[in-house]
Amino acid sequence: MTLDPRAPEVGTDDDRARLESRTIDRDQLARALERAGYIADDALVMTLFLALRMERGLFVEGAPGVGKTLLAVTLAEIFETPLIRLQCYEGLDLANAAYEWNYPRQLLEVQAGRGGDLYRDEFLLRRPLLQAIDASHARAPVLLVDEIDRADEEFEAYLLELLGDFQITIPELGTLRAKHRPIAILTSNRTREVHDALKRRCLYHWIEYPSAEREVAIVRARVPELDAVLCTRVVAFVQALRKVELAKPPGVAETVDWATALHHLGATRLDAAIARPTLGLLLKYVDDVERAGGPLLDDLLGATDA
Amino acid sequence: MRDALVADVVGFARSLRAAGLPIGIDQIARCTEALALIDPPSRRNAYLAARATLVYRQPDLAVFDREFARWLGDPTAEPQPMPRAPRHGPKASNYTALVAYMAQRANPSDPEADVPEQRKAASATELLHSCDFADCTDDERRALARAMRELRLDVARRTSRRFQPAHAGDRLDLPRIVRDAAKHGGVPAQLARRRAKIKSRPLIVIADISGSMELYARLLLQFLHGLEHRHRPTEVFVFGTRLTRITHELALRDPDEALDRAARAISDYGGGTRIADSLHELNRRYARRFVKGGAVVLILSDGWETGDPAALAAEVAKLHARAHRLVWLNPLLGREGYEPRVRGMAAALAHIDDFLPIHNLNALEQLARHLSKLPRRKGALVS
Repeated sequence: MTLDPRAPEVGTDDDRARLESRTIDRDQLARALERAGYIADDALVMTLFLALRMERGLFVEGAPGVGKTLLAVTLAEIFETPLIRLQCYEGLDLANAAYEWNYPRQLLEVQAGRGGDLYRDEFLLRRPLLQAIDASHARAPVLLVDEIDRADEEFEAYLLELLGDFQITIPELGTLRAKHRPIAILTSNRTREVHDALKRRCLYHWIEYPSAEREVAIVRARVPELDAVLCTRVVAFVQALRKVELAKPPGVAETVDWATALHHLGATRLDAAIARPTLGLLLKYVDDVERAGGPLLDDLLGATDA
Repeated sequence: MRDALVADVVGFARSLRAAGLPIGIDQIARCTEALALIDPPSRRNAYLAARATLVYRQPDLAVFDREFARWLGDPTAEPQPMPRAPRHGPKASNYTALVAYMAQRANPSDPEADVPEQRKAASATELLHSCDFADCTDDERRALARAMRELRLDVARRTSRRFQPAHAGDRLDLPRIVRDAAKHGGVPAQLARRRAKIKSRPLIVIADISGSMELYARLLLQFLHGLEHRHRPTEVFVFGTRLTRITHELALRDPDEALDRAARAISDYGGGTRIADSLHELNRRYARRFVKGGAVVLILSDGWETGDPAALAAEVAKLHARAHRLVWLNPLLGREGYEPRVRGMAAALAHIDDFLPIHNLNALEQLARHLSKLPRRKGALVS
């Protein structure tokens, strides 16, 4: 089997016929993820498989940049289904997350004196959560509730009904239930603890930083143009860097960015001359950049020779 | 077969519960469902499936691994090092600065306990308000504690992005206008309004409990403890040589007892005060989680740093960048003629918003007033 993640065709026709999120088996899932360029360990594949088969949401936690969001994107790609994304932020409310009535149209309707029901479907503005359980989808969409730890606690309560029964109750309309339960992926950077009630409605997975071996596979999959030896050294450097005490250790996303940058710079080897000016791709705090760019840099580069 | 599986899962769930994991009936059902789905039913697969369905908090993972290994009777099969909580041996001394302080107080020949002449002229209440906490008698301290309960702390709040109906709100409330218009034949007779909700700011307290600072920390925490129910969220950290988070202990215990425990743990290490190290730990481990949402940070310390003052300045600057307001409380500021010459204090001064005394009841009142008037804009002066 050749591994070409960048190929626009994710699965073969044969695969596509079989790739239905609710009947997929674990091997197929692992293969499909790999073909899509997402290198997962067996624990993640297992949790994901169970979430799909048991029609449960999946709550993914981990440091920033370990591929939590990418997981949802990849699933949408694999199952060729729409990705509905809800980016959380403080102050996110029902009107922006689930639904809102189209007030200007309602007002016009009232003024036209048609006297019809003001709370009917055509006046409903569908926001991501409602879109996700909309009956018009041909197959289950992927619902990504990203960085839920950024939303405030009141918002979590809205999600309980959705994740428990995949339904949303609109007081004026009644309860809307999903025809195809969405594949729900919730991510958190753990900047605060999310309420247990929410987590208990989902399967839980903690994504660690990958091992050197897996990280090499990930970088190879994402930046296949990069020289294999250089790729190994890049990963060894980042892995050594994660052992240093930093304000924000680099995630896998940063490793991929750095590898891409080194490729564009036409680098053939990893040395201080190329590493120092590009550290900003790995580290996002000036203190960290200064620290890693100092005398420590030679140690880090030395660690990549092994 | 299924029944046997359920019985097995229930048994395992029981041992997990005994180990402190909150396992509900729904999770047992889910785990059984998951185990029936896995193929082949190998040990590794059973482990992964059970973990995915039974654990939902990252710190529980290690406990789960240990219990799983024990359940299947093979402790080597899933070797996962258990992170150990730092422990302090039984030889740890019960000595705290307060014990020393109280022993000294109990000694009637203590010259400090004498009431200075000049106090006789002032009224008892005035005396109580201006008496340095460190110079109070036990009776006075009890009276202080009572008086403190009368104080109110109302930290200035901020506007949220959520809205609530309000007569004189600054925005139109469209949902209500539409409902109202429908009732009046399409004419929005009343323009309903709404305004942003007001949210309280998180309060973070970082108190130095080394040496003479412990007494002041105790009084500050006593003061804040009474407010806990009114002012949430409040996070409390104490430090001597290292930082300890005591928020949970304070919620469960009396503040004195919580401080005793923290002080005992810290006194093991002896040595000087490492403010920079403690703030570094705070910035690294906790700041992202707690110092956000327009937080107000109170640091209580005399600024006596035994380490590098430049390092202290850097950590204070980092904390300042995250906080809405950084207030440094220094009891020595109440002493006549005190100047922040201590190297650590001088270095930190450049990065704090307010520098206030906290040596007596008047100072506490001043602090409460100050916090209630914090401006909306970061770094602006209090009017």
